Amino acid sequence: MDTTKVANTNGTAAATGGKPNRAAAVATWADERLGIASMAKKNLRKVFPDHWSFMLGEIALWSFVVLLLTGVFLTLWFTPSMGEVQYNGTYEQLRGVHMSEAYASSLKISFDVRGGLLMRQMHHWAAMLFIASMMVHLLRVFFTGAFRKPRELNWVIGCLLLILGTLEGFTGYSLPDDLLSGTGVRAADGFIKASPVIGTYMSFLLFGGEFPGDSIIPRLYTVHVLLIPGLLLALIAAHMLLLVYHKHTQWPGPGRTEKNVVGFPMLPVYAAKAGGFFFIVFGVTAFMGALLSINPVWKYGPYDPSKVTAGSQPDWYMGWPDGALRIMPGLETHIWGFTISWNIMLPILILPVVSFLFVLMLPFLDAWITGDKREHHLLERPRNAPTRTALMVALMTWYGLFWVAGGNDIIAIKLHSSINEITYFLRAAVLIGPVLAFVITRRWCISLQRKDNETLLHGYETGIIMRSAEGGYSERHLPLPESKAYTLTARDRDPVVNGHDEGTDANGLPAPGGGRFAGLRHRVRTVWYSDNVQKPTVEELEDGHHHAEHEHELQAGDEGHAADGHQFDGHHLVEDESLRGH
Amino acid sequence: MRLLNRSAGRLSRHRRGPLAGLVVVLVGLLMTGGIYTAFFSSAQADESTTNAEQIQQGRELFLVSCAFCHGQNGEGVRTDEDHQLGPSLVGVGAAAVDFQVGTGRMPMVQPGAQVPQKPTTFDDDEIAALAAYVASLGPGPAVPDEGDYSTDGLSDEEKQAAVVRGGQIFLTNCTACHNFEGSGGAMPRGGYAPKIRGVEPKYIYEALLTGPQNMPNFANGNLSPDEKRDVIAYLGSLNDQPGYGGFGLGGLGPVPEGLVAWLFGIGVLVGAAVWIAAHTTRSNKKKVEAEA
Repeated sequence: MDTTKVANTNGTAAATGGKPNRAAAVATWADERLGIASMAKKNLRKVFPDHWSFMLGEIALWSFVVLLLTGVFLTLWFTPSMGEVQYNGTYEQLRGVHMSEAYASSLKISFDVRGGLLMRQMHHWAAMLFIASMMVHLLRVFFTGAFRKPRELNWVIGCLLLILGTLEGFTGYSLPDDLLSGTGVRAADGFIKASPVIGTYMSFLLFGGEFPGDSIIPRLYTVHVLLIPGLLLALIAAHMLLLVYHKHTQWPGPGRTEKNVVGFPMLPVYAAKAGGFFFIVFGVTAFMGALLSINPVWKYGPYDPSKVTAGSQPDWYMGWPDGALRIMPGLETHIWGFTISWNIMLPILILPVVSFLFVLMLPFLDAWITGDKREHHLLERPRNAPTRTALMVALMTWYGLFWVAGGNDIIAIKLHSSINEITYFLRAAVLIGPVLAFVITRRWCISLQRKDNETLLHGYETGIIMRSAEGGYSERHLPLPESKAYTLTARDRDPVVNGHDEGTDANGLPAPGGGRFAGLRHRVRTVWYSDNVQKPTVEELEDGHHHAEHEHELQAGDEGHAADGHQFDGHHLVEDESLRGH
Repeated sequence: MRLLNRSAGRLSRHRRGPLAGLVVVLVGLLMTGGIYTAFFSSAQADESTTNAEQIQQGRELFLVSCAFCHGQNGEGVRTDEDHQLGPSLVGVGAAAVDFQVGTGRMPMVQPGAQVPQKPTTFDDDEIAALAAYVASLGPGPAVPDEGDYSTDGLSDEEKQAAVVRGGQIFLTNCTACHNFEGSGGAMPRGGYAPKIRGVEPKYIYEALLTGPQNMPNFANGNLSPDEKRDVIAYLGSLNDQPGYGGFGLGGLGPVPEGLVAWLFGIGVLVGAAVWIAAHTTRSNKKKVEAEA
C-alpha cells in the first residue's frame, strides 16, 4: 500500500495541496461551469470487455468518420447540377464534349483539384468498408446472441443504419452522373415504374418529369449530404448511447456473470485502443484510395440514355437484388390492359423489403420461438444455438448466391463459361443452397457440442500414446483446467419442450392463454431445440472424473518411467533408459 | 473525225515553233520509257506472276487447312441437319482472312460457342497467300493499309480531336459489349466480346470492317474510315494514359472493386481488430503482477 499520502501528523488543519497545474486549472474552470466531472468520472472509467469481435462495429464507426471528412472535402468542389456545359479541363479524351455540370465537376475533382482524386477514391472505398463492416458486425451480434433482451431495439437501430447506409451509398454512386451511375439511376427508375398503379406517378415525382429530367442529381445530392447523413448520425448516437446504457456483452468465463462486466476501463485502455483503431482504419482507407482505382468516372464518359457499358453493376451492397433480378425468369401478368412485371417487382421491390423486415424482426422471432424473456449479458457461442446459427448461415448462403448472380457476366468471361448456364444453375442454387447450408451448419454445431461434452467428461487429448502391457495403444486424456471447464459449462440448458401441443394442456384440453399461433410455435420450438446436446449434469461430470481417476490409477505405474510419453516433451531425461537400448 | 482533224491542225501550227524539237524529244523519251515500263519491266512481271503464284499457294494451303469446313472452293459446307459447318467465304475479302488467321482464330480447333484466339498457325506470307486466294473468290474488303488506321499524318490538334471523337463513338457503339475500357464482356451462351485493349490497330480495323463471329459489321457507310481510325486512336490513348487512380483491378467495374473491399479491406481491418485485441490491455504490466 502506498502510504505517502496518509497524514502523518495529528494537526487539526487539513493538508493543502500545492498550486494546481495548468491542465487541472482548465479542467476545474470547465467543471465549475459545465459540471462534466461527475459524468466524465463515471464514463471514463466505464469498463469494456476485450475481444476482437467486439471491435467490428468500430470499423463501421471509423469508416463513417472517414466518410464525413472526405465527403466534406468533396462538397467544396462538386456541383450538383444537370446543367449542360462543355468540358475544357485537363482530361484530354473528353475535352470539348458536352456533359452535365455534375460530371464536369467530378472530373475537375479528379484531375484539377489537388488531392481530389485521392479524396474521391478514399470516400468511395470508405463507403464500401462502412457497409461491409456493418454487415460483419451484424453477423457477430447475431451469431453470439447479443441481440437478445435487452438489446432488441439496438438491433433494430443497427438494421436501420444498414439500410440507410445502403441508400446513402446508392445516392453517392449516382451523383457523378457518369455512364455507369446514370445507368444505375435508369435502372432505379425502371424499378420504381414496376410498382403497380403508382409506379409511373412515383417516377415522375422523383425525377420531376420524365427520366432523366434535370432535377434528379440536385435532389439526390440533398438526400446524400443532408438527409441521410443526419439520420445516420442521430442513429449512430442512439446506437452508442444504448450500448453504454446496456453495457457491453461479454463472453462467459470465471468471474463473469450476467450482473457484471469484466474488462478494462475506457481511459486509458479503450481510449488508446479505439483511437489507434481509427488511425488504422484511416490508414487502410488512404492506402486503398491511393493505390487502388475505384470508379474511374473519366473512362465511363458522361451519361447519355442511349449508351450503356458491359459490366454495368451497382456497388457490392446493391449487388444481391441486382443478382436476383438477373436470374429471375421473365414472368409477367396482363390484366385489363395493365402489365404487372413480376420479373422486376419480385426481385427488386418485394425481395429486399421482405428480407430486410425479416432481419429486422429476427430478435423478436427468436424470442417468440424460444420463449426466452430473460435479460442476457453473457454471450452464447454459435455452436450452442445450432438452429439459430444455421438460420443465419442459410441467409448468408442465400445472400451470397444472389451476389454471385449479380456478377454473372464477369464470372462468365473470367471462368470461360456460359452466362446462361450460370443463370440456370443459380436459379436452382438459391433455393437448394440455403437448405443445404442450414442442415450442414446445424449438424456441424451439434457435433461441436458433442466434442465439448466429450472434453468435459473425458478430458482433453494430450497427444501421448500409451502402450499397455497387453500391447494395446491408447491416447492419454487429462482433465481440463478448472477455468476452461467452467467456461465450457457456463451456458444455459435448453428448455424441455413438452411432448404435448402447447395450445393444449397435458390432458389434451385447450390451454388458457395459448394464443392463435401456440400450436405453430410449439412445432417450431420442437424443431428449434431438437437434437441439441445439453451440457453434462453434475452426476455425469462426477462420473467422468471418477472414471478418469480410475484410469489414472491404472497408469500410475508408468508415471516417471520411460514409456509414460514424457520422454519427448522434456519432462525428464532420456539417457540410460533401457527402452532406448535396442 | 472532224474533231481529230481540227486538233491535229492546231498541233501542226506549232510544228515549227522554237520549243517543238524539245517537246518531240521529251514525248519520245516518255513514250519509250512508258512502253518499256508497261511491257518489259521486271518488277511488273514479277508481281503478276507472284499474284498468280500466291493465289495458287493460298489455294493449296486452303485445301489442306480450311476446305474441310469451308468447302474445296470456299463455298461453305452444310451438315446433314442443314447446320453450317463452315460458312461460304465468297466475298468475305482479304481483310476477314487476315483477321481470322492472323489472330489465330482460324483454323479453328473445335466447334464451340466462340472461336478463341490462339497462337497463329501460319506465317505472314502464308496468311497473305490465303488472303489472296479468298479475295480471288469474290470482291470483298481488302487488308487495310497502315495509313487507314494511323493518325501519324495528322497535326496535334487533329489528333486530339480524333481521340475525343473516337471516344464518343466507342462509348456509343462498342462499350455495350466490350466494356467501358475495352476489357471485354459476356455474350449469351458462352460467347464473349473479347478484351480489345492491346490488340493491334490493324486487327481492330479489320474486325470493324468484317464483323467477325458475334460482332456486327461496321461498314464504311455506318462508321466512315476516319471514324474507325478515331476509335483506334481513342483505344491507343487509353493504353498510353497512366493509371490515374492506381491499379485498375482489371478494368471490369464494380464487381472486382467489391471483391477487393471485402477481401482486402475487411480482411486487413478484421486482422487489425484481432491484433489490437490480442495485445495487452494492461496499462502497467508491473502493477498486475504485483496484484497477482
